[in-house]
Amino acid sequence: MSIVVFAESSDNQFKKSTFEAISYAKEIGQLIGKDVIAVNISGISNGAELGKYGASKVVNCNNTDGFTADATSDLFASICKELGASVVVLSNTYVGKSVSPRVAVALNASMASNVISVPDLSNGFAVKRGVFSGKAFAIVNLNRDIKVLAITPNSFEINSNGSDCPTESINANASPSKISIKAVNKVTGKIPLTEAELVVSAGRGMKGPENWVMIEELATLIGAATACSKPVSDMGWRPHSEHVGQTGITIKPNLYIAIGISGAIQHLAGVSSSKTIVAINKDPEAPFFKSADYGIVGDAFEVLPQLIQALKN
Amino acid sequence: MKILVCISVVQDTTTKITFTDNDTQFNKAGVQFIVNPYDELAVTRALEIAEANNGTVTIVHVGEADSEPSIRKALSMGANEAIRINANPIDAQFVAEEIAKIATGYDLILTGRESIDYNGGAVCGLLGAMLNIPSINVVTKIDYDGGLFTFDRDIDGGRETVSCAGPVIASAQKDLCEPRIPNMRGIMAARTKPLQIIEASVSNQAVSYLSYTLPAAKSGVKLIDPSNAAELINILKNEVKVI
Ligand SMILES: Cc1cc2nc3c(=O)[nH]c(=O)nc-3n(C[C@H](O)[C@H](O)[C@H](O)COP(=O)(O)OP(=O)(O)OC[C@H]3O[C@@H](n4cnc5c(N)ncnc54)[C@H](O)[C@@H]3O)c2cc1C
Ligand SMILES: Nc1ncnc2c1ncn2[C@@H]1O[C@H](COP(=O)(O)O)[C@@H](O)[C@H]1O
Repeated sequence: MSIVVFAESSDNQFKKSTFEAISYAKEIGQLIGKDVIAVNISGISNGAELGKYGASKVVNCNNTDGFTADATSDLFASICKELGASVVVLSNTYVGKSVSPRVAVALNASMASNVISVPDLSNGFAVKRGVFSGKAFAIVNLNRDIKVLAITPNSFEINSNGSDCPTESINANASPSKISIKAVNKVTGKIPLTEAELVVSAGRGMKGPENWVMIEELATLIGAATACSKPVSDMGWRPHSEHVGQTGITIKPNLYIAIGISGAIQHLAGVSSSKTIVAINKDPEAPFFKSADYGIVGDAFEVLPQLIQALKN
Repeated sequence: MKILVCISVVQDTTTKITFTDNDTQFNKAGVQFIVNPYDELAVTRALEIAEANNGTVTIVHVGEADSEPSIRKALSMGANEAIRINANPIDAQFVAEEIAKIATGYDLILTGRESIDYNGGAVCGLLGAMLNIPSINVVTKIDYDGGLFTFDRDIDGGRETVSCAGPVIASAQKDLCEPRIPNMRGIMAARTKPLQIIEASVSNQAVSYLSYTLPAAKSGVKLIDPSNAAELINILKNEVKVI
């Protein structure tokens, strides 16, 4: 019996969310007295570094077919079975969201997504998960023997005091995918919004897409990802992948800076779990100030150059 | 072409969330219920594809009688018929297990990317696995050329184009289309369209909801003088230590 982690990678590197998932699994491992096995089906040649985060073994499976929900999930589920997984941990990324439900079905498991707590074992297996688009949390119990947990990125500390661990290769067979990948358009070198620790976001108060030069400059200076409100992506000022909120992406960065965004309830739904929130708005009555930790009541076109200058100094 | 669209019925997006019964139940008092926004997109695109390919659209919803106005809305948009599986839709796995029992024989099944109440984002993948068909998450484009479906889907940091023969299930993401607004004729027609009610039968519930909590309230905003905005950088660096 073991705790199995889906070690996701991108551009031939493990994702930060993978380190979080392994650190998280290690905590569960200590609670239930089981080892953490990381499964690397991405083609990264040697996953030994995952030992640092708490894996006691890495199982490498060379999968050159690319990611498809059906084949990748089948492959991963068959490895989970072989390893006798009782708890399976993934990140709630796009990939994790595609894989976790299918793996749960294959293993006849209980699953929870958006998980933000270590399980409470005092009366079953209960975890806290985000619901109502960030407006609330639910405590849910996973009733079946095997549990699949998809954890929210940025919710758990990375613990890296371990050391490299042994690796082994596995030859697992999965039926080929019925899906064929025609084209992949990826912006490389950009931080995916759902995993970003720092986010600079702007709204209709920026007046037009040309003014995002300042937003991007600020974001680059602090190493943040950029986001926007719904009307901004609806008008095509920004790509819709940047739209956060109830009908956009839900994020949980350590810092969220909202510039020229009013703070409508649907917007807040997607960002209010951010650890520190800064609102910059010229209207002192803007609702965002009620949900912010720090605020500047002022014109973005005057405030932003000051911030940029201060960072450059 | 037979298309099935799964719709969930959720609180209006302006709802202030509260709980009752010792924080074990969502407080529905005074709450307006709507078709989940992503599911409206799924219904609309399903109708467009069905219309172009001489097909039909069936709506399925797991819920209680009070969600019928939302089912009628989907019918008034143009769907042909609806099935309501009578149960309190507690959890994504329960919902998917119920839907799986009626979901065979369709070329295309659509869901929303996620429901804005329980946010599982799970039903598409769960159903796909239960029916043993491919699932394609968060699609912003669906085309059908008479043989293959082609999808654009969001991936971490970008977008991907994939193709696949039916039967296939996909989850609708913003940008897929503009939601169709029912017209008077559609609303009249919806009143007499078939709505079949089936009793739920799944008993081995995978997940139970025990209780709810609200996020801790913010302690109050600290304002910084706009003429000295640089102070913000200082605070973020040295007090919050986040940059
Ligand atoms: C079903 C539904 C779902 C929705 N989902 C979402 C969602 O997911 N995400 C989302 O964001 N919205 C969502 N909305 C929309 C939401 O209700 C708001 O309309 C939207 O968030 C407003 O965007 P905004 O703050 O950019 O624009 P506005 O409300 O127009 O606010 C602009 C702000 O900029 C300020 N401003 C103007 N000029 C300046 C300046 N020079 N300097 C500084 N500040 C300035 C103004 O004071 C104002 O507060 C949804 C709405 C509905 C009905
Ligand atoms: N009670 C339900 N009845 C029918 N379909 C549902 C129900 N709940 C969720 N769905 C579908 O599954 C999608 C994703 O829901 P979820 O996995 O709960 O986030 C929704 O957008 C709907 O298409």
